[in-house]
Amino acid sequence: MTAIGPMGAEGIAATARVTSVRRRRHGSTPATVALLVIAAIWLFPIYYMLIDAFKPNNDLLHYPPQLWPAQWTLANFQEAFTVNGAGPTVPQPSFLTSLFLSAVVALVVVAFSMAISLFASLAVARFNFRGRGTMLVALLVAQMVPFASLLIPIFIELNRVGLIFTVPALIIAYVAPVLPFTIWTLRGFVASVPVDIEEAALTDGCSRLSAFWRVIFPLIAPGLVATSIFAFILAWNDYVFAYTILGNSGTVFGQTAETASVFLFGLINPSRVTPWGELFAASLIFTLPVMIFFLIIQRRLAAGLTAGAVKT
Amino acid sequence: MLAGLEMVSSGEILIGDRVVTGAPPKARDIAMVFQSYALYPHLSVADNLAFPLKQKGVSEPERSQRVLEAARLLELEPLLDRRPRQLSGGQRQRVAMGRAIVRQPQAFLMDEPLSNLDAKLRVQTRAEIAALQQRLGTTTVYVTHDQVEAMTLGHRVAVLRDGVLQQCDTPRRLYEHPCNVFVAGFVGSPAMNLDRLPFDGTAARVGEVAVPLPGAAASAARRAGLSEVVLGLRPDALFPVTAGDSNAALRLSCEVHLVEDTGSDAWVHLDAPGGPAPLRLVARADPRRLPSVGERISVAIRVAEAHVFDPASGVRLGD
Repeated sequence: MTAIGPMGAEGIAATARVTSVRRRRHGSTPATVALLVIAAIWLFPIYYMLIDAFKPNNDLLHYPPQLWPAQWTLANFQEAFTVNGAGPTVPQPSFLTSLFLSAVVALVVVAFSMAISLFASLAVARFNFRGRGTMLVALLVAQMVPFASLLIPIFIELNRVGLIFTVPALIIAYVAPVLPFTIWTLRGFVASVPVDIEEAALTDGCSRLSAFWRVIFPLIAPGLVATSIFAFILAWNDYVFAYTILGNSGTVFGQTAETASVFLFGLINPSRVTPWGELFAASLIFTLPVMIFFLIIQRRLAAGLTAGAVKT
Repeated sequence: MLAGLEMVSSGEILIGDRVVTGAPPKARDIAMVFQSYALYPHLSVADNLAFPLKQKGVSEPERSQRVLEAARLLELEPLLDRRPRQLSGGQRQRVAMGRAIVRQPQAFLMDEPLSNLDAKLRVQTRAEIAALQQRLGTTTVYVTHDQVEAMTLGHRVAVLRDGVLQQCDTPRRLYEHPCNVFVAGFVGSPAMNLDRLPFDGTAARVGEVAVPLPGAAASAARRAGLSEVVLGLRPDALFPVTAGDSNAALRLSCEVHLVEDTGSDAWVHLDAPGGPAPLRLVARADPRRLPSVGERISVAIRVAEAHVFDPASGVRLGD
């Protein structure tokens, strides 16, 4: 008989698990160094934007660049909300209206894409109908088409129906490419909810609709959060579609408006000195809320995206 | 189909005097316990129990009272705040039962509710379900592949094969008077010995031994002009005997091929001479006097307990 020490078999197994976790957590030194270098390369522009937003105008063009501001100022933020650009988007909308328009567009895109993909994912996950397989393959293939390559066809279609240079056109242009991903992802979440649970709700007195709202909907909520964030980020960050399909033709409270990304680019204009300080401050305001939100929910987001993939 | 989750292609479903063939599940006043328990993972045990009552529009005080009653009955009180993922298999099963009984429905449907439990818990829960059913007195349709569950829980057991009803009877009748070969082979553990044997007009031949068939079965076989019959003998109808035993007239000489001792019972697997290939038989044996493998023993047959079936149709002969 093999003798096992005072720790016992369970103790040995536990130690082995801890060791393996430690090894996984620490990783090898070259890999850590490589990861740190890559992280630094990616983080540097964000850092540069961050510090430049707080530098006085005189220090911004200092050579060599200052990696730590000699002086700190909040003036750039104040001016970001009053600055007017020139050039292609005259009369220049204000930053505040641009932010507002970006938020409205992103939220409406989220609402529409979630409403459509929720029911579409339910259909492809739960019901058998002719062409279901083809539809699923089409959803998968559609995700492989580069986003930018859809710009011209969507532009032509929207122009044909007379919607071009309107906010609804931009919303449609965002919702269309978002749907394949959101439907496909949500389908995984719906499929992972056992049919028995839905049937239990039906025998417990629910109608099909109330079974959906009371039982399935709460269970696929993490998937909805994950996919709605994807839709939000796409609509919030995009520049090319917003510039081409809407430009500065939006209106917010009677004022001309463009999305925030288009506004930021409008600040860079060859016909005048670029207000770098305001540009960095506005960029920071544009980036920071989404970034902070992302950092807070990233753990849940990762769990949400993987939870639907595996049937448990 | 009984729950209303699947469409009925033909026929009618009645609960009491009420035709519910086309009624949606919620209009049938039935509660179902699923094989997977189908608890709502996002709700606590208390909310799971209260869910059907909420759907029914039962007031909050009455709801709480009925949930507590069900929880007390099933010993779920300390678990009311837990989520299903924090429960063991047996506890989940009890919550599923609780969710069904809290509604006080006209009928319970139970779809293999014990199949996910381990053997020990299954026996314990089986007894609990039987006691609960007796106490509530609610009609229960219980689907199972486990014949012990069917025999111990059922007042009437319907045996289905490929969706076709074979026999619906009391457990005792199913055991003693199976209507065909399928039911005979399905009910009873170990299964009935079923062998196709030559029939000479009065007896079936097992090698050199003539096993006289019960009168009614023999006449039915003669009337049907059969030269062969399927003879069914439960392991209890076969028992090893010693040379001195005088109460067993009909004996087969067999070789022991396997011995299964379960403690309270023992089964011996035998090879009996029966033509070109030996017949494989299972007989009950006294666990305190077990033969050894390879030993030749004599086995007596209780002829009165023999079942006879038509080899072509499989239908029972003689009743």
